[in-house]
Amino acid sequence: MAKTPKPDELSKINYTPPQSSWIDTPTELKEGYWCYGAKPKNLEILHFPNPREWRVQDEDWKLPENWQEIILEGMKERLDKYRSFKVFMDICVRCGACADKCHFFIGSGDPKNMPVLRAELLRSVYRGNFTAAGKILGKIAGARPLTLAVLKEWWYYFFQCTECRRCSVFCPYGIDTAEITMMGRELLNLLGLNTDWISGPAANCYMKGNHLGLEPHTIVGNLSYMLDDIETATGIKIEPTFNRKGAEILFVTPSGDLFADPGTYTCMGYLMLFHELGLDYTWSTYASEGGNFGFFTSNELAKRLNSKIYAEAKRLGVKWILGGECGHMWRVLNQYMDTWNGPADFLEVPKSPITGTVFENTKTTKMVHIAEFTADLIKNGKLKLDPKRNDNLKVTFHDSCNTSRGMGLFEEPRYIINNVCNNFYEMDELTIREKTFCCGSGSGLNAGENMEIRMRGGLPRANAVKDVVDKYGVNMVANICAIDRAVLTASLDYWVPGTKVTGVHELVANALIMKGEKERTTDLRGEPLPGMEGNE
Amino acid sequence: MNAIISLIAVIGLVLIALIGVNVANLHFIFGVVVPYFAIVVFLIGVISRVMKWGRTPVPFRIPTTCGQQQSFPWIKQSKLDNPSTAAGVVGRMLLEVLLFRSLFSNTKFELREGPKIAYGSTKWLWLGGLAFHWSFFVVLVRHLRLFTEPVPVFLQNIEALDGFLQVGIPGVLISGVVLLLAVTYLFLRRVIEPAVRYISLAADYFPLFLIMSIALTGILMRYFLRVDIVGIKALTIGLVSFNAKVPEGISVVFYIHLFLVSTLFAYIPFSKIMHLGGVLLSPTRNLPNNSRMVRHINPWNYPVELHTYSEYEDEFREKMKKAGLPVEKE
Repeated sequence: MAKTPKPDELSKINYTPPQSSWIDTPTELKEGYWCYGAKPKNLEILHFPNPREWRVQDEDWKLPENWQEIILEGMKERLDKYRSFKVFMDICVRCGACADKCHFFIGSGDPKNMPVLRAELLRSVYRGNFTAAGKILGKIAGARPLTLAVLKEWWYYFFQCTECRRCSVFCPYGIDTAEITMMGRELLNLLGLNTDWISGPAANCYMKGNHLGLEPHTIVGNLSYMLDDIETATGIKIEPTFNRKGAEILFVTPSGDLFADPGTYTCMGYLMLFHELGLDYTWSTYASEGGNFGFFTSNELAKRLNSKIYAEAKRLGVKWILGGECGHMWRVLNQYMDTWNGPADFLEVPKSPITGTVFENTKTTKMVHIAEFTADLIKNGKLKLDPKRNDNLKVTFHDSCNTSRGMGLFEEPRYIINNVCNNFYEMDELTIREKTFCCGSGSGLNAGENMEIRMRGGLPRANAVKDVVDKYGVNMVANICAIDRAVLTASLDYWVPGTKVTGVHELVANALIMKGEKERTTDLRGEPLPGMEGNE
Repeated sequence: MNAIISLIAVIGLVLIALIGVNVANLHFIFGVVVPYFAIVVFLIGVISRVMKWGRTPVPFRIPTTCGQQQSFPWIKQSKLDNPSTAAGVVGRMLLEVLLFRSLFSNTKFELREGPKIAYGSTKWLWLGGLAFHWSFFVVLVRHLRLFTEPVPVFLQNIEALDGFLQVGIPGVLISGVVLLLAVTYLFLRRVIEPAVRYISLAADYFPLFLIMSIALTGILMRYFLRVDIVGIKALTIGLVSFNAKVPEGISVVFYIHLFLVSTLFAYIPFSKIMHLGGVLLSPTRNLPNNSRMVRHINPWNYPVELHTYSEYEDEFREKMKKAGLPVEKE
């Protein structure tokens, strides 16, 4: 594995493009930038083509004989199926508005990380094979043939895009590089070219219900550790149910929350909140994943993985579904789930059993975001909160790409944070809400072997955090995404050491005054609460 | 390099018209046949391109949401940047098409020592783009006077407004001057800004040079050469009434102008200039964010291979029972 340079070295970035035109500049596949290739066993589980042992650094990628034909056929099929793809191939005027909006460009200076050029990597092949001008004029029209070097370049750069959609906000035509990258990755997958960091979790999710491959008894076991910790902190014993038929609500969250901190603290937050409310809900071990690494692979695989949520809701006979804190999970639930696997006519329009609020905005999908659910509880005065318990924290909020630009969930989490914390500070307004920066490793790029590009991509977000750390002494970055919780922990450690990461519901649980709780002296992390430092 | 190829192409077009008219005496070809041909290519090309886009399905409702979603009555929705209704979408599209709202929010960044990345607003591209498109539009509308007799009042008003400066004889029309300045700005930006130069293709320079030459020849005719406007109008009226005849004595500059305009029209369907139709069909802008409220249908949605609960339970039944989890089959 390549050694990641130190921050002061990495932050010397050259933004001057090379002398030679990009079409004539060969791409070198640098270590520390790419992820390992998909292992055959994972492609076999998913029934994907061309499972074989292969290495990115090898010359021979062991492609099928007719790989060009497969790609061009695949392109034609997708041009006929997706208006987004077709229109975005045709209308870019290369105005450059998107060029400096990508976190990977800002962090690397590599011109092929400008969204416009990332799209041109594909567009050039489109022109060469599907447009008259490109066929006749060739390079003058910006066309190029599909060679092995081009394919490798696609692999390299379509796994250096986190499908965050920030470029799409600034494009005068709304051209969305996420759409281009999704198509690029679908095409690569036709040849068995995925990363193992994506195909592994996807295969796990398909067979075991979640990306981490937690088997049913392990899920129960992991939660029971958390329940012990909750009991230690609050004196309250919680007994959640699993796979229970007849529950009112099915709760689905990313499996990252069940596995490693700080996600586990967020999960403890859910458990405490639901217990305090006496909510009639169940966990599922079959639909034990809110996230969807299929979404980073192909539309079809995304649909296959997503189908479990409605199927399980139907089997258990619940009334509606509540979803935990996760980013891309919510783009999928908001913009894809009902179209793929609906209609969910076996469910009822979600209604909070505590406040009676009907969630009208979810009346067909029947799935509510936990930030909406909790904001409604607080608004209706149903929670007893002591924000002083979070007084040791100076909090900022990182908007996740997908809940921002694929949903628009901005005020709900802020409303919650402002009710459970006394010290909240916003980052630079050009780096939050719809202009938020990716954590740097979304869309399945949070592997270990590509750490250099992850830290580069994480620079803009981390740097905006550093700004509020310097100005206000911020020490905690709140977010509503499991990948953020894992990724920001690493990138802040690298760029802004000492800054911690939390889910919003960990903050809620710290502030939540529960019936019958003992005097709390520690937070969920086992650290003393403000004013309790001497009591240990 | 890409810029030079495009410049040579436009110079070539000028020479073709110059030689064709002055040397080969092909007045009828350049005055009548070429414009008719161009307009036919334009119409068929644009319609078929838009129909091709329109026929391609929109499988998913994927607006880029740039503001607060609709959730509770007590949280203010951003109705234009995150519309949930058709009216909101129309508003968003109008602001986008007429005022280039997305470009208005453009930002720039600077990496400083530290490292410290600073962001700021930048509006030059927005301003240049807006000036270019609007002035082009006004110029186009003004030219309708050549195709109408008598000239409708609204056209006379537009021209009066356009010439409000009341400088020079004939009076200077703002739109033409702004068009030339804006197109020059867009060109200079492309060659001066390293990143933009790096992404620019010949297809990006060619329309700029073409439009620049069209504006130059137009300005040349109006202010400096004093071409035979009566003859030109006879020709243009002949064209729209399908009774084309070519009067004697029209300056060759007019033929060059007309040939460049014809080239532009015929070129549009095959070029990026189609963005004017494409933006209207862009699924990230023209759809409401209401997919949790109203189900979106994918016309090609198909059944996929699944791993069902019963297959899952078959694999893990013993482990589930041991962990105290309920099972369907004992």
